Amino acid sequence: MATATITAERETYLNQEFGIKSWLLTTDHKRIALLYLLSITFFFFIGGFFALLIRLELLTPAGDLVQADTYNKLFTMHGQVMVFFFLIPSIPAVLGNFLVPLMVGARDLAFPRINLLSWYLYIIAGIMMLHCMLTGGVDTGWTFYTPFSTAFSNTKVIEAGLAIFVSGFSSILTGLNFVVTIHRMRAPGMTWSRLPLFIWSHYATSIIQLLGTPVIAVTLVLVVLERAFHLGIFDPTRGGDPLLFQHLFWFYSHPAVYIMILPAMGVVSEIVPCFSRKRIFGYQFVAMSSIAIAVFGFLVWAHHMFVAGMSIYAALIFSMLSYLVAVPSAIKVFNWTATMYKGSIIFSTPMLYAFGFIGLFTMGGLTGLFLAALGIDVHVTDTYFVIAHFHYIMVGGAVMGYLGGMHFWWPKISGRMYPESWGRLAALIVFIGFNLTFFPQFILGYLGMPRRYWQYPPEFQVLNVLSTAGSTILAVGYLLPMVYFLWSMRYGKVAEANPWGASGLEWTTPSPPPTFNFDHTPVVDWEAYDYEHIPVPEEARVGG
Amino acid sequence: MADSPIAVEQHSPALQHHFADMEQQRQASSLGMWLFLATEVMFFGGMFCAYLIYRYWYFPEFAAASKSLDITLGTVNTAVLICSSLTVVMAVRAAQLGKRQAQVIYLALTLILGLAFLGVKAIEWTSKFKGHHVPGASFNFEGTIPSHPDQPVDQRHAQIFFSLYFAMTGMHALHMVIGVGIFSYLLYYAWKGRYTPDYHTPLENSGLYWHFVDIIWIYLFPLLYLIDRKK
Repeated sequence: MATATITAERETYLNQEFGIKSWLLTTDHKRIALLYLLSITFFFFIGGFFALLIRLELLTPAGDLVQADTYNKLFTMHGQVMVFFFLIPSIPAVLGNFLVPLMVGARDLAFPRINLLSWYLYIIAGIMMLHCMLTGGVDTGWTFYTPFSTAFSNTKVIEAGLAIFVSGFSSILTGLNFVVTIHRMRAPGMTWSRLPLFIWSHYATSIIQLLGTPVIAVTLVLVVLERAFHLGIFDPTRGGDPLLFQHLFWFYSHPAVYIMILPAMGVVSEIVPCFSRKRIFGYQFVAMSSIAIAVFGFLVWAHHMFVAGMSIYAALIFSMLSYLVAVPSAIKVFNWTATMYKGSIIFSTPMLYAFGFIGLFTMGGLTGLFLAALGIDVHVTDTYFVIAHFHYIMVGGAVMGYLGGMHFWWPKISGRMYPESWGRLAALIVFIGFNLTFFPQFILGYLGMPRRYWQYPPEFQVLNVLSTAGSTILAVGYLLPMVYFLWSMRYGKVAEANPWGASGLEWTTPSPPPTFNFDHTPVVDWEAYDYEHIPVPEEARVGG
Repeated sequence: MADSPIAVEQHSPALQHHFADMEQQRQASSLGMWLFLATEVMFFGGMFCAYLIYRYWYFPEFAAASKSLDITLGTVNTAVLICSSLTVVMAVRAAQLGKRQAQVIYLALTLILGLAFLGVKAIEWTSKFKGHHVPGASFNFEGTIPSHPDQPVDQRHAQIFFSLYFAMTGMHALHMVIGVGIFSYLLYYAWKGRYTPDYHTPLENSGLYWHFVDIIWIYLFPLLYLIDRKK
């Protein structure tokens, strides 16, 4: 095996330097991506641990495992850790960091040192959050609603608020780096209409990160100041307005959902053409729908506040605008489906996750329309229906996309193949576990079980037991990839430069790539997703 | 140059490895700075939004509280900041023309003006502390509604004005402090002769930041000091 020997000796970003300093002071976007991978995985399991405790408490109607106060802290910290320390950085900071320069044909992101700074900010924020959790935690719900958070809660609101403030800067810097890189660092011939859709969706994500995150930053600053110095801006007893807080909070936190889902859509847009062996259907529409989602996403925030005492006319407008978001989302779903139509579909692990994404995202999206309707929203506000809806988007959508992407690009990242049959098994377990966990919650919510309570009436028990059972299956599904990814780093088959026969510049460089990505600056003279001209390698033909 | 065989291979020592040429590097830095300023606009935007709503709701108290601010100091500070923006522009121009000494002088002037602004701001805040106009337990604002001099103002609503006053001018002053730090750094390296007609991007981008902080004040001054000042 002469080729294997050559592969082993070739200098890559992984073996060019060793030692802890070469990692902690690296400015290589690929190494920073791996630093992020380790840190968000850590927080994913912390958030998951809280989730399991929540599900265990809800196994029985009585509040027996934890007290109400502890339960409040559990769901708060589950939300804060999962949203700010896992989902928002997940695909952009790991896969985006790794792939954006490779996909546009650049040697690195535009600002490599700022990229490293963003990881350090994330770590500082993470340590603050951990300290907050270990010294008592916070119980406001991830939403920090005032005046509870500013005047009544006796938990560590200030510390949690500042941790999320700092993590916001990490997110802003990542977005800024991506926008500048996509504008200024594209290789010759890589025109806007030849960009991979992964890049388009990250471009749209970055716009939200840039324009939305500062608003939650200033809102959290005001909450912290109000709590520390009694400003009164959000305190109704002193003429302040809690609704103003909700407006400012959701102005970021609704678009934040698109920070989570848009990158996952980008991943699916890469996987579907590759394993259908066809050019993506309606490239321009898929690209522009990402931008449309980012723009519309800024105009719908108040649909979180229909029952908060807002003007009915404002509610009507926000309801209508929320329906509008369904249009670009549906364009994507239909175009992925049309891409598969008459394609030669390969049921590989990434494709299974993409299937899962499309189905679950569609469910999450359609139930989102129920919630955008003023009348139905009143019935299901603050029930498990809402919980199920946004978990279908954030977990069924974003996490499926993240896992699909991790499998798809794992050969590129690590230079090794993961075990395909284990991969497909894990994808199946995740899909089954997810649906068993969250589908019963739609019914529970519709029947009227409110969110954020540690007890519930006995008639809800059967559905809650199903949900808890599902969550343990889901946990197995999430642990499996971690085990076999680690295993594959040593024992996995050595990966070719392009094991899937995929289009895109990242597959033209060896796996794992050299430190400067390409030996020569690539020149692009082909269109994106040119699958008619790429043969399917033996590696990609799985299952038959 | 022409007699050196490797002349074509030479590039500026300021060129980072991942850029093809200085022009690409300059454009990337400039776009990055503009995007950062866009995030700053959104950051201050949250507070301007809160200001707008409460000014609309509690106009009489806002007018009364605004009149208690020292308009002379506010005007002086506005003039100081506008002058400092001018000196920043002159410093960038000096770098473009390769005049090191002028660069150093203008950057030093900018620093002095920036510190002068912060000094005046400190005087203003001190007088607020002494006058019990700082939100909190000891807050006390004795005043009447400008249009109805016999009616006392609602203390709670006046407190909201001062909450916003301190949040907005405080956040602005924090940006000024950061700016002073950046310009001290620039002054040192300008003195060392780092910025040349070929490479002065840090100067340009820091200048953009300084102008942005200046513009924020241009909006803060009328919004906070000039509500209902007509006689």
